[in-house]
Amino acid sequence: MGIWVFAEEISGAPSPGSLELVSKARDFGDVSVFYVGAGSDEAWAALGDHGATAVSHLDTGSTLPSGPAAAALAELVGDASVVLFGMGNTDRDVAGRLAAKLGKPVVANVLDLSVDGAVSVKSEILGGTKAVTTEITTDGPAIVVTRPKAFTASPSGGTAPAVTTVASPDSGRAGAAAITEQHSEDSDGPSLEAADVVVSGGRGLGGAEKFEMMDELAALLGGAVGGTRAVVDAGWVPYSYQVGQTGKTVKPSVYIACGVSGAMQHLVGMKGSNTIIAINKDPEAPIFSVSDLGIVGDLHEVVPQLIEALKARA
Amino acid sequence: MNIAVCVKQIPDPATPYELDDANHWVIRPEDQVLDDTDRSGVEIALQLAEATDGTVTLYSMGPSGSLQGVRQALAMGADEAVIVEDEGLKGSDALTTARILAAAIQQKGFDLVVAGTESTDGYTGVMPQMMSEFLDVPCLSFARKVDAGDGQVTIERQTSTGYDVVAAPIPALVTVTAGIEPRYPTFKGIMQAKSKPVTTMTAADLGVSQDATQVIRSVEPVPAREAGEIVEDDGEAYQKIVALLEDRKVI
Ligand SMILES: Cc1cc2nc3c(=O)[nH]c(=O)nc-3n(C[C@H](O)[C@H](O)[C@H](O)COP(=O)(O)OP(=O)(O)OC[C@H]3O[C@@H](n4cnc5c(N)ncnc54)[C@H](O)[C@@H]3O)c2cc1C
Ligand SMILES: Nc1ncnc2c1ncn2[C@@H]1O[C@H](COP(=O)(O)O)[C@@H](O)[C@H]1O
Repeated sequence: MGIWVFAEEISGAPSPGSLELVSKARDFGDVSVFYVGAGSDEAWAALGDHGATAVSHLDTGSTLPSGPAAAALAELVGDASVVLFGMGNTDRDVAGRLAAKLGKPVVANVLDLSVDGAVSVKSEILGGTKAVTTEITTDGPAIVVTRPKAFTASPSGGTAPAVTTVASPDSGRAGAAAITEQHSEDSDGPSLEAADVVVSGGRGLGGAEKFEMMDELAALLGGAVGGTRAVVDAGWVPYSYQVGQTGKTVKPSVYIACGVSGAMQHLVGMKGSNTIIAINKDPEAPIFSVSDLGIVGDLHEVVPQLIEALKARA
Repeated sequence: MNIAVCVKQIPDPATPYELDDANHWVIRPEDQVLDDTDRSGVEIALQLAEATDGTVTLYSMGPSGSLQGVRQALAMGADEAVIVEDEGLKGSDALTTARILAAAIQQKGFDLVVAGTESTDGYTGVMPQMMSEFLDVPCLSFARKVDAGDGQVTIERQTSTGYDVVAAPIPALVTVTAGIEPRYPTFKGIMQAKSKPVTTMTAADLGVSQDATQVIRSVEPVPAREAGEIVEDDGEAYQKIVALLEDRKVI
């Protein structure tokens, strides 16, 4: 029995999502972590501090992790009740491959789970408009892919876990993909996922250069800048800015959406924000249905006025 | 290069989805459209096929009905389509879908499989990865750019901090994001699509059966967030924002 959590290393540390999952997994017994990345004492300490008792560590080097990680994990999970994944790209790659290896289903977009004999999960479907409770009826590990920020990372004060190095298994053709270059497109300022204020721009901004205005507004509020998939696809900002179903999930105190229509795939990633402010010239824009304050107007007038007013106070 | 592209037909996202009270499945209208994400997959496949003098075969699984969505992809330029249509597959999960599509793709053979990162209606985002395991090929996922040639495929893979360049020998599978701008079908393409070969199969033809692995216990509406104050900008609306930011103590 027991529960496994998949953790991918991002910028030298366990992904923020993995610490959320480890925290939640404590509810169900001993937590083993399968960690993919270079690893470090700081990483083990962070995992232990959130409740992990054991870590299996696989460093796939320049090999794309999904092939070898799924092969190694399939050998380890045994009769665990649950294997928990986040929604990260590598998380989903490993979850899918592992499920196919074990012949087990995957439930995705999960917001809550219970493990008492049977594994039951709560997920939202149809763009977060319906909540579904599903019971997994197969034996053996249930493979559960959870939405970011479904759970809160909370330290338990645990000590450093026992770390076992996993030898890279021969995963044959599945492991034949190599990472040949890595590029970071990170911006300055607080990270999008941790920021207390998020200023988000959509296609209504009209062009890449208008994101300077978003940067300025975010800087004045000590916040971070995000965007919709439309502006990412248009190449105005990097993918690391994307908020929504396929991007990041944010829950800041204040979310300011400028020229964002509020498509359901965007709302999924930000409707948990405490206060939502939207500026959109279309009074019918769906973003207004989740806004605490909606301004029907031209963002090219409202945002500069707002920036001036904030500067005047500084 | 022979390219297999997975395309899903979905109910038009512009109209609200309804669930069947009895089994909680999405009620699928007779007319379904091509999932937008898969339009990008078709585009990539067409570009690679054009560059390598290859072929593009579409694979789609779903309940029987019109093939409007698949025809849209044929009209963009794909050569043929293989449809797995089986009433017994209604409500299939990603695992069954992956088994079926992998078996169908295997029958004809392939150099490269292209799928979307996630479907608009189901958005589990794991079906292609499962398929890659059944096909025993590497899965190069979340590609915003794909190049192929000399027995190799290279992509730019989106990551949470930027992007990685990832390369693998073919055969391989790639999943593409919607960032790749798809072409519009031409009039000629639409006319030609009508006579392109479409093969229909059942799950039994492929030797795959579906196991029930999960039971839906309940479906409930999620309480909508309450909409707040909406004001028309009269040149002073920014002050409302300032006041709210003050109230929330962020300034
Ligand atoms: C499977 C899938 C996954 C997806 N994942 C995501 C995701 O993770 N994140 C995401 O954001 N989207 C996602 N999408 C895309 C989503 O469906 C929308 O297409 C996208 O969010 C729209 O972006 P937008 O609001 O910037 O653009 P639009 O929808 O084009 O909206 C622009 C808005 O700007 C307003 N506007 C224009 N000019 C002005 C002006 N001068 N002043 C004020 N307002 C103005 C317009 O009224 C309009 O409402 C996904 C889609 C699919 C199918
Ligand atoms: N029934 C299907 N028929 C063909 N392709 C599918 C089907 N279901 C999923 N796919 C492909 O797999 C991708 C991811 O789907 P999903 O796992 O449902 O989010 C989609 O973008 C499609 O390319």
